[in-house]
Amino acid sequence: MVRCIEGGQPNVNEDMKEQYRTFLNQYIASKKEVDLYRGEQLSKEMLETGVSPEELVSYHIETIKTEHPDLPEDVIRSFNFLVEVMVGYGIQYREHQSLLQKQIQLQSDIEVAAGMQQTLLPDVPHHIPNIDLGMFSVAAKQMSGDYYHFNYKPYRGYLGMAVADIIGKGIPAALCMSMIKYAIESLPEYNLEPHVLMENINRVVEKNIDPSMFITMIYGAYDLKTHLFQYATAGHEPAIYYSQNDEMYYDLQSKGVVLGLNPDSTYTCFEQVIHPGDMIILFSDGVTETQKDGRFIQRQDFIQLIREYQHLEAQHMAEELQQALLAWSDFDLKDDQTIIIVKRPEKP
Amino acid sequence: MNLDITREVKQHSTILTLKGEVDVYTSPQLKHQLLPLVTENNQEVVVNLEQVEYMDSTGLGVFIGALKASKQSDAQLKLRNPQPRIERLFQITGLQDVMDIKQEEEA
Repeated sequence: MVRCIEGGQPNVNEDMKEQYRTFLNQYIASKKEVDLYRGEQLSKEMLETGVSPEELVSYHIETIKTEHPDLPEDVIRSFNFLVEVMVGYGIQYREHQSLLQKQIQLQSDIEVAAGMQQTLLPDVPHHIPNIDLGMFSVAAKQMSGDYYHFNYKPYRGYLGMAVADIIGKGIPAALCMSMIKYAIESLPEYNLEPHVLMENINRVVEKNIDPSMFITMIYGAYDLKTHLFQYATAGHEPAIYYSQNDEMYYDLQSKGVVLGLNPDSTYTCFEQVIHPGDMIILFSDGVTETQKDGRFIQRQDFIQLIREYQHLEAQHMAEELQQALLAWSDFDLKDDQTIIIVKRPEKP
Repeated sequence: MNLDITREVKQHSTILTLKGEVDVYTSPQLKHQLLPLVTENNQEVVVNLEQVEYMDSTGLGVFIGALKASKQSDAQLKLRNPQPRIERLFQITGLQDVMDIKQEEEA
């Protein structure tokens, strides 16, 4: 039995029916392209008024039967079959439309969250005496799991900087990001020693995140008068130190478990004296997880890339590195990437 | 790429052997199998990582969640034979110092 479309075709109005009948008959008689085009235009109008596919097919059959009452039985049966198929098709189609609507709503929510996330990220401080600072941070998707932070206290000659990588992406990462930002900013100035700061942040993070979430972070404090760089790491990629003296790159020593694992985790404060011409590079693991020609790059590949651009000013250098990494990953980033470069000029 | 998990159950010990990738797509599958095991009192759970070729931070998160759960239930979580790249991941994140991670011959 063919399923009946209850109450005829409620969405196909009489005017549409008449137009459809006319175009169909004209096309059958003359096979002119213009009638196909008219039919196509009419289908758009039908779609806008909510005519379902099965309603349209039913009306087509009704028209054909009226115009050609001597149709063979086989053809009529095939029409019955078609109506039945179109009922199923119509249900699927409406579900699909409903999902599309939800997707648009979700997309709009994500855009709001992404906008909020952007406001959490600080501007890069400019014109800091005695050093040259550069950075970039790019998100692989709409929202980033990388966070960076600058804490510049000109009167103390203190520049604090952090790169944090929050597990996962999207809205949970953005929420976590706001937690780190406010936790760092609410610390009193006497607590800005890197390892003390890290222990404080860890307690906040541990108390407030899901058990399977964690954050890796490096926090460095650069003394702009003595050029001593003190830092602590929490499960983060070791930073890179360039020594002008022997023109070599070194991994900055690091030790410390990820944030959020244990409220009592302790962190170590390491130090590195930065001489004229030296440089420090902090980055997120999205950088070393770059895939080039289908394989993960090695840390040495990244260092080689840094060498190519080390003569540039820090910001210019950061931008060139970003472009090169993007090209390596075939313009399809798999993970968020953040780099902070601090150079001590050779001459003050 | 998928993740295959095979399970071998002994009296007070379960061995999970993983094969494939532990990432954002396959982590829920691992979490689903691992968490109930480490919440059982005094259970020993050994996860063999020898055939895991890739693990991302979501995968690492599953082991962190499992470690926390195991501490509450006195279960023992042991990770065995990670490949060098994954071993480095455990080392950088500091997890090597707080988790029982070894190559089998050392075990």
